[in-house]
Amino acid sequence: MIDLLLYALLAGLLLAAVCGPLGALIVWQRLAYYGDTLAHSALLGVALGLLLNLPVQLAVMISSAAIALLLLQLRKRTELGSDALLGMLSHSSLAIGLLALALGQASSGLSIESLLFGDLLAILPADVITIAVVTTLVAAFLLRYWNQLVSITTNADLAAVEGVAVAKLQTTLMLAIALVIAISIKIVGVLLITALLIIPAAAASQIARSPEQVAVRGSLLAMLSVVVGLATSWIIDTPAGATIVSVAAALFLSLFLLSAQKR
Amino acid sequence: MNTDPNHSVELLRLEQVALQRGGQVLLQDITLHLHAGEIITIIGPNGAGKTSLLKIILGLYQPDSGTVSKRKGLRQAWMPQRVVVPTGLPMDVARFLSLASNDRIDAVLADCAIAHLKHSSMNAISGGEMQRVLLARALLQEPELLLLDEPAQGLDLPGQDDLYRLIADIRSRLQCGVIMVSHDLHWVMAQTDNVLCLNQHICCHGHPKIVSTHPQFVSMFGERHAQTLALYQHQHNHSHDLHGDITAGAPAPDGHEHCSHD
Repeated sequence: MIDLLLYALLAGLLLAAVCGPLGALIVWQRLAYYGDTLAHSALLGVALGLLLNLPVQLAVMISSAAIALLLLQLRKRTELGSDALLGMLSHSSLAIGLLALALGQASSGLSIESLLFGDLLAILPADVITIAVVTTLVAAFLLRYWNQLVSITTNADLAAVEGVAVAKLQTTLMLAIALVIAISIKIVGVLLITALLIIPAAAASQIARSPEQVAVRGSLLAMLSVVVGLATSWIIDTPAGATIVSVAAALFLSLFLLSAQKR
Repeated sequence: MNTDPNHSVELLRLEQVALQRGGQVLLQDITLHLHAGEIITIIGPNGAGKTSLLKIILGLYQPDSGTVSKRKGLRQAWMPQRVVVPTGLPMDVARFLSLASNDRIDAVLADCAIAHLKHSSMNAISGGEMQRVLLARALLQEPELLLLDEPAQGLDLPGQDDLYRLIADIRSRLQCGVIMVSHDLHWVMAQTDNVLCLNQHICCHGHPKIVSTHPQFVSMFGERHAQTLALYQHQHNHSHDLHGDITAGAPAPDGHEHCSHD
């Protein structure tokens, strides 16, 4: 049993490490709803994976990336606002995913509940490897292009004039978010994954004086949430994702009260 | 136009540029040339396409027709109207500048007389300080072509004077070409080689003295504005106490005989 906990902890810590910088960019660029949309569409990926007999993790990554690219295209080609597009994509992919799952479920034995809320015991060594590969790639991207990404976030036109490849980097960032969400479904679940991206970064922004401090402290807070959350979930037998996110929320609230007191 | 041989290098050439957005014509038939060391000021009513024209020159917008050609390897810089740093993104002035480059930050801060703001938060500085920070960031590019979008907007009169003096200093030091959107006519008169009066198309252009008496200019800006321009040029006071404000396309407020309107 203890090695199951170890896999979950390892996977959670890897994920938390990229949550700081990635979550900070999501908060600054107001991409929270985008994250939600990808998380919801992950269900569609799971269903497709089962129907097509693909590894579920891989199917989710492919479908998330596809949804991300579809959204970018729709944004360019329609007059609809971003939030309307996200709302449509989010809920129609969720609905189709649920439909497909219901049709295919009898044979799979996969529980929807574990997809929605995450399942600590479902993490296998193969998952840890996938998570390690994806988080390493995403971390490398963030480290290499951090300054440009912050510049785009501050003012995309100014960044473009100064020679930053805005469209390319922004697309890559969207794909990176999609991949990270796809791999974290098993740990935190569809409904709660965006929270793990946003809350630690938002908490860190209250105690930071530079973009880099938000990123690093966000990662540390996310890792702390994972450790405390997993331990609590293990000891008192609560759902892992919900416990981790609750710990993160408690951290946010404490820092908010602390910094409000200082002012 | 400047005939000094040092200034004869052509930096930028627009030929018959047109831009549409959502079926609406924003710009049409824009042709302009800019040489090193030259200043062009763009004036025009709200919605005339001034910012769009700057963005075409910068390459942020692609024109629907016409051509934009620049000298090869031209270093250009842009001072936007404003930059709003997102909430939750803590950033001081030094970090903001380092988004563009880590070199010469102290130098450009000193050039813009804002060395004391180096560690101030971008959200805590005043409008006038923000303009200087944006100018400093533009200077990090060591521009050969500097584009300024209403650089002195929102500043009080002494603040405007200071900023325009700073821009004039920078221009003569860097010997860069400047294209600027501005409504401050004393600046236009004192420093500009060429005024370009824009209202979707180029209504008129040329030396400020010529433009100030052009009927299209008079009709676009109203009599009072045109006379202000002429006043600065002729250096003698014959001001009429007119009550008309700057009104795009509206006829001049009183019945002066040369306030033609088409």
